[in-house]
Amino acid sequence: MRHALAALWVICHREALRFLGQRARMLAALVRPLVWLFVFAAGFRAALGLSITPPYQTYITYETYIVPGLCGMILLFNGMQSSLSLVMDREMGTMRLLLTAPLPRWWLLSCKLIAGALISVLQAYAFLAICALYGITFSPLGYVAILPALFLTALMVGALGIALSSTIKQLENFAGVMNFVIFPMFFLSTALYPLWKMAEASALLETICRLNPFSYGVESIRFALYLTPNPLAWGVCIAASIAFMVLALWGYDPAKRMIGRKM
Amino acid sequence: MSRRMTGLNVENITHDWGAKRALEAVSFSVAPGQFCALLGPNGAGKSTLFGLLTRLFTPRTGRIDIAGHDVSRDPLGALSKTGVVFQQPTLDLDLSVWRNMLYFAGLHGITGRAARFAASEALDRLGMEERARERVRDLNGGHRRRLEIARALMHRPEVLLLDEPTVGLDAQTRSDLVAHVHGLAKDTGLAVLWATHLTDEIWPGDRLVVLHKGRVLEQGEVPVTGAALTAHFLKLTESEGV
Repeated sequence: MRHALAALWVICHREALRFLGQRARMLAALVRPLVWLFVFAAGFRAALGLSITPPYQTYITYETYIVPGLCGMILLFNGMQSSLSLVMDREMGTMRLLLTAPLPRWWLLSCKLIAGALISVLQAYAFLAICALYGITFSPLGYVAILPALFLTALMVGALGIALSSTIKQLENFAGVMNFVIFPMFFLSTALYPLWKMAEASALLETICRLNPFSYGVESIRFALYLTPNPLAWGVCIAASIAFMVLALWGYDPAKRMIGRKM
Repeated sequence: MSRRMTGLNVENITHDWGAKRALEAVSFSVAPGQFCALLGPNGAGKSTLFGLLTRLFTPRTGRIDIAGHDVSRDPLGALSKTGVVFQQPTLDLDLSVWRNMLYFAGLHGITGRAARFAASEALDRLGMEERARERVRDLNGGHRRRLEIARALMHRPEVLLLDEPTVGLDAQTRSDLVAHVHGLAKDTGLAVLWATHLTDEIWPGDRLVVLHKGRVLEQGEVPVTGAALTAHFLKLTESEGV
């Protein structure tokens, strides 16, 4: 147990050092949602009318509506970037070092996942701090309540990233897959528009949004922010996290030829 | 072959990648304190064998024992007794030498004062202690390799596996490394498996395993060294066809 925790600590520490060393990545992770907030949301405020739907009990501005979605965006992009670093680690050889540590492979991959999720959550809080300075604030308890929701969503998208990384041979291919995963996952979710707005546009789009696990990640954050329980969102996030992690472990199973050839 | 309880034992390993057979019925052993050179041209199957020895993937048939632990049945026991230097560098270039050492220590469950002691001792053994605070990116190729060997020794393994560790190094650094690892085997009782395609890295008294096209062509004590060994090796592999 002590050994397993020691590994978790050094993997988190390494991830944090690497992240702090990459100022550009840190900045990009914050600038992306801020551009959406200041430019996109400001423009849309006039065009988009939002009715009162749970968890909201009063009219809100569009900027307020998309904050949970933009938190989800940070988690999604970071989770994928962290998994992308697994492909890079594999190309650079550092993955071999990790996988030859005398610990179960599922634990080593979980450590990597937890480390990436922690970094993502910290960034989401940094974003919320900037939002607060801009004037978009929530109840103090809301900021505490979203911690588990942020962490769970980060684990879910991170696990998906790890599962994808096991099927990808080169970094170049990863970028392509990201375009087919990140953008559809983000745009076809409740991050930018509520479901009823999607339904107005197209029933098919609404169905896709409903099937997208990322929607439930965003909703778990949104509801937690207003201290409203949302068991469905949590249930879907937990189930999706487990499913993606099982896929990731299968992908990195040493008995599979798939991963062997790439190592 | 009788099964020893220590060192490295490889028995009847066969592995293939799709239709291509990478290793066929490979068997050999390395006793504690022995330096065993795994000599083979590029594409002989050395890296596949290293992947199997370190359980990056598992063999279709056969058995590998490391310090008495069956790699398939007790992978964690085997890995805890194995030090590995892969052909491809596995260092974190943007972290310091010291941080790289502590990261590895943590992966092996060594923490706190014990980790600092083990890191310092291993760096000292390889003459790297004064470089502990330097960023790995700023080290030259020779020092990076020494760091990787120091790191591989930190958890006091019983078997040290090195996959072409001298690739890209100049002649002097190469010769120093070869001498150093020979000394390690002799002084500390490590069983060393050194994969190479360069015959001048093999010393008299070493054990030799010649691998070609996935099969062991010859094994035993080095029959000759230097140019004679090169000629012997070429004759062996040519008679098998390239």
